[in-house]
Amino acid sequence: MKIPSSIWTLLIGIGLTLVSLWYGQNHGLLPTAASDEAVLVDGLFNTMMTVSAGIFLIVEGVLIYCAIKYRRRAGDHEDGPPIEGNVPLEILWTAIPAIIVIGISVYSFEVYNDIGGFDPHAIHEAPIMQESMAMPGTALAATLNDTPPSNEPNLNQQKSDEAMQDPATAAVRNADQIPQKREAPGVGSVSPSLGASPEKAGKPPELEVNVTGLQYAWIFTYPETGVTSGELHVPIGREVRINMTANDVIHAFWVPEFRLKQDAIPGRQSELRFTPKTAGDYALICAELCGPYHGAMRTQVVVQKQEDFDKWIQEQLTASNDTLKEAIALNPATVSPDEFLAPYTKEMGIHPEMLHQIHK
Amino acid sequence: MTQAQLQETANIPAHIDEPGIRKWQDYFSFNTDHKVIGLQYLVTSFIFYCIGGVLADLVRTELRTPEVDFVSPEVYNSLFTLHATIMIFLWIVPAGAGFANFLLPLMIGAKDMAFPRLNAVAFWLIPPAGLLLIISLVIGDAAEAGWTSYPPLSLVTGQVGEGIWIMSVLLLGTSSILGAINFLVTLLKMRIPTMGFHQMPLFCWAMLATSALVLLSTPVLAAGLILLAFDLLAGTTFFNPTGGGDPVVYQHMFWFYSHPAVYIMILPFFGAISEIIPIHSRKPIFGYKAIAYSSLAISFLGLIVWAHHMFTSGIPGWLRMFFMITTMIIAVPTGIKIFSWLATMWGGKIQFNSPMLFAMGFVGTFVIGGISGVMLAAVPFDIHVHDTYFVVAHLHYVLFGGSVLGIFAAIYHWFPKMTGRMMNDFWGKVHFALTIVGLNMTFLPMHKLGLMGMNRRVAQYDPKFALLNEICTYGSYILAVSTLPFIINAIWSWLYGEKAGNNPWKGLTLEWMTTSPPAIENFDTLPVLTTGPYDYGVAHAPANVSPSENPVLRADADEPYPSIESDIETRT
Repeated sequence: MKIPSSIWTLLIGIGLTLVSLWYGQNHGLLPTAASDEAVLVDGLFNTMMTVSAGIFLIVEGVLIYCAIKYRRRAGDHEDGPPIEGNVPLEILWTAIPAIIVIGISVYSFEVYNDIGGFDPHAIHEAPIMQESMAMPGTALAATLNDTPPSNEPNLNQQKSDEAMQDPATAAVRNADQIPQKREAPGVGSVSPSLGASPEKAGKPPELEVNVTGLQYAWIFTYPETGVTSGELHVPIGREVRINMTANDVIHAFWVPEFRLKQDAIPGRQSELRFTPKTAGDYALICAELCGPYHGAMRTQVVVQKQEDFDKWIQEQLTASNDTLKEAIALNPATVSPDEFLAPYTKEMGIHPEMLHQIHK
Repeated sequence: MTQAQLQETANIPAHIDEPGIRKWQDYFSFNTDHKVIGLQYLVTSFIFYCIGGVLADLVRTELRTPEVDFVSPEVYNSLFTLHATIMIFLWIVPAGAGFANFLLPLMIGAKDMAFPRLNAVAFWLIPPAGLLLIISLVIGDAAEAGWTSYPPLSLVTGQVGEGIWIMSVLLLGTSSILGAINFLVTLLKMRIPTMGFHQMPLFCWAMLATSALVLLSTPVLAAGLILLAFDLLAGTTFFNPTGGGDPVVYQHMFWFYSHPAVYIMILPFFGAISEIIPIHSRKPIFGYKAIAYSSLAISFLGLIVWAHHMFTSGIPGWLRMFFMITTMIIAVPTGIKIFSWLATMWGGKIQFNSPMLFAMGFVGTFVIGGISGVMLAAVPFDIHVHDTYFVVAHLHYVLFGGSVLGIFAAIYHWFPKMTGRMMNDFWGKVHFALTIVGLNMTFLPMHKLGLMGMNRRVAQYDPKFALLNEICTYGSYILAVSTLPFIINAIWSWLYGEKAGNNPWKGLTLEWMTTSPPAIENFDTLPVLTTGPYDYGVAHAPANVSPSENPVLRADADEPYPSIESDIETRT
C-alpha cells in the first residue's frame, strides 16, 4: 500500500514537534537557576531551544533527504525539472520565520520587562529645555558658546556621590582620577541596566551593595554596615541592588547562575537588581576582557539564609573593628542609614524645574 | 590633447601598456588585470588563513588545560587578538574581494574592472598591512586588547602593538573601500547591454549588496580608529575616561562597522553558494528574485543592528528592544535564502563533487550559526551569554561553517576557470570530511561551555570545563590537518591537474563562455545573452555564447565593446 505524501508530512510534522518539545525541556545546557530572574530567562531559552531544534531538524532533514533521494544516478546526464519558483511557498517560508521571530521578540520583551529592563527609574530623560534658553536674549549667546557648562543635575554624578557617601566605598573608588560622565542627550545618564521588576519599581532595594571592579579583583562594600569584602554575600529572597563602576578598564559583572551581566565602565555608574533564590556558592566572573589576568578575575557569590548572612556581616564587623571605628568617626551622622539618606532621597525625587523654582 | 584624443586614451584598457601577464613574476607585480589581482587576493589571503590558523591552534593548545602553562597570559592575549584580526581582515574579507575581482567582469561580460589601477592599489595595501601585524608579533609587542580593541584597555596595554594594529586595520579598511567602489561601478556601468539587473548572476547581486555595506560602514570604523590613535599616541581623551572621555562611544563606532562586517564576510559566499547549488543540482535556482533582494535586505538591516553587541554595556532599555527586533528580522531574509537553496536541490540531480559537498556543508552548518544568532538577539538571553564561549561558538559557525566553507566551495568550483585544470575530487572529499568533523568537534562543545559559564578571552578557566576544552582542542588539530590535502591538491592540480576545458560544469553564466583560464581581456568580442543565468533543464536552451566560439553568431559579432560613455547612454 502506498501511503499518500500528505499523511507522511503529517506524521513527520508530529514527530518533529514531539522531538523538539522534548529537547527544548531536556537539553541540560544551563547551570542551576539561582535567582528569580534566572527562572524567567530559562523559560525563554527553553522556548527558543524548542523552536530551534524544530528548524534545525527540518533544514538538516531536507538536506540529507535531498542528498539521498536526488543524487545523480550513474549515466544520467539529464538536467532536473526547471522549477524556478512557487509564490505561495515563498510567501509561506517568509511568513513563518517572521511570525516566529515576532513571537520570540514579544516573549523576550515580556521577560525583559519582568526582570526590570524597563524600570522607569533607570532611565531619565535628558532635560528638554536648557535653563539658559528660557532666559530672554540668550539664544544668540547659546550659538556663540558651543557647550555652556550645564547647571542641570548630573545623574551619573549624583549616583556616584550617593555611593561615595559610604566611606568604605569612597576608599576603594578612585573617583578623583576618573571624572563622572555627564548625561548623553536622550539616552539617560547612568548606564541603565536591569532595574527593579514592575511590581518593585519605585521601591528602594532591600539590600544595596557597591561594587568596584579593578584589575583583577572585585571589591564589595555594604553601605548599610560599612563592611568591605572581596566576595559577595547576599541573603536569599531579598532584592539586591548592585551599584558598580570600574577603576581602570571595563569589567563585566557576571554570575552565570543568576543569568545576569552588566559592564562596569570607568566614569559611569551602572546597576543591576536581582533576587537570589537558591543557597549556594557561585562563581562571579569578569566577562569583559580586562588584561592578561582577565581569566583570574573571579570570586565567589555566597547566597545564604538571612541569619547566616547576618552572622557573616557580624564577623566582618568584628574583624575590622578598628577600621570600622574610624569609618564611623568619618560618618557625618550616626543615625540609621534610612534616616541618614531620607533628606537626600527626598531631594532627588524633586524635578529639576521644581528645584529651580524653590531656589528662586 | 584634444577631446577626441582624451577619449581614446580613456578607452584604452590600463594593462595594455603592461603586457605579458602570463609569466609567474606577474603575480608579484603591480598588474592591473582583474584576474591576476583576483588570484593575488586569493593566494595572499589563503597564506594569511594558514598563519591565522596556526595562531588559533596555539590558542587552543593553551586552552587544552585549565592552567596557564603553554604561553604567558600576555602572549595568549596577543595570539587571539591577531588570530581574529587576521582571519577577519586578511582572510575572509580579502578572499571575498578576490572572487569578486576574478568573477565580476567575467560574469557581466566586461573586459576588466572599471578602475584597473585602483584595483591593483587596493590589493597592494594588503600585504604591508599583514606584514605589519606579523612583525608586531615577531618583535613580541603585538596588540593584546582583542580584535575589538576596546578602550581603555587598548590604551593601557602595549602602545607599540596597539599602534601597529590600528595602522594595519586602517590600511585594510582603505583597501576594502577602494575595492567596493570598483565593484559597484563595474556592476552598475559595465554589464553587457543585453544584461539587465535581473539577468545578472546572483553572485553579482551579493557583491552589490556587500559593496554598498562596505562603503557605508567602513569609514565609521576608520574614524573610530583614528580617534583611538589620537588617544593612544597624542594623549587626547576621546575615549579615555581619565580625561572625561567615553569608552562606550568607541563601542558604537566600532560595531557600526564590525557588525556589518559579518555580512561583508558572509554575503559574497551566499552569492557563491547561489551559483554553485543550481549548477551541481542541474536545476534553476529557486526564487531568483527572492534571493537577489534578500541580499539587499540583509545589507540594509545589517546597518541597524550594531548595538546588539552592547546589550550589557551602556545603552538604555528601550534601545535594547529596538536592536533586538532589527537583529531578529535579519533571520527572515537569511531564512529565505536557506529555504531557496533547499528547494533548488529538491528534485534536482545532485552531483556529489567537492564544490557541491562544501556548498551543502555550508547550508548545514551555517544554519546552526543562524539559529544561535536569533537566540543571541533575545536581550534577556544575550545578557547571560554575552562575552562567553556561546558567542565564540556562534561566530565560528557563521564564519567558519559559513564563510570558510563557502570559500572552499568557491575555490573548488572556479578553480578550473582560474587555472584551466581540474582539482582532484577524491582529495577534495577528504578535505571536506576532515573539515566537517574538525569544525563540529571544535565549535559544537563551545555552546555548552558558554551556557555553563565559561567566559571568552581567558587563558585560565574553571577545571570543570577541562574535558570539553580538550575535545575542542583536538578538533582544532583536525582542522589544521584538514588544510593539508587542500594545499597539496591545489598546488599539484594547478601544475599537473587534468585539463578542464572551458566549461567543465556545463554552467550557463558568462564566465563559462570563455577560455579557461580566460585570455587577457576575457572575451574576444561582445558576448551575447541567449539564456538566463540558471536556465538548467529548460528545453533547448542554447548556452550563452561568446561569438568567437560560435560560428553561427559570428555574423553579428562585429559589434565592438561599448565605451563606458556610450554604455551609460544605452542604459539611461
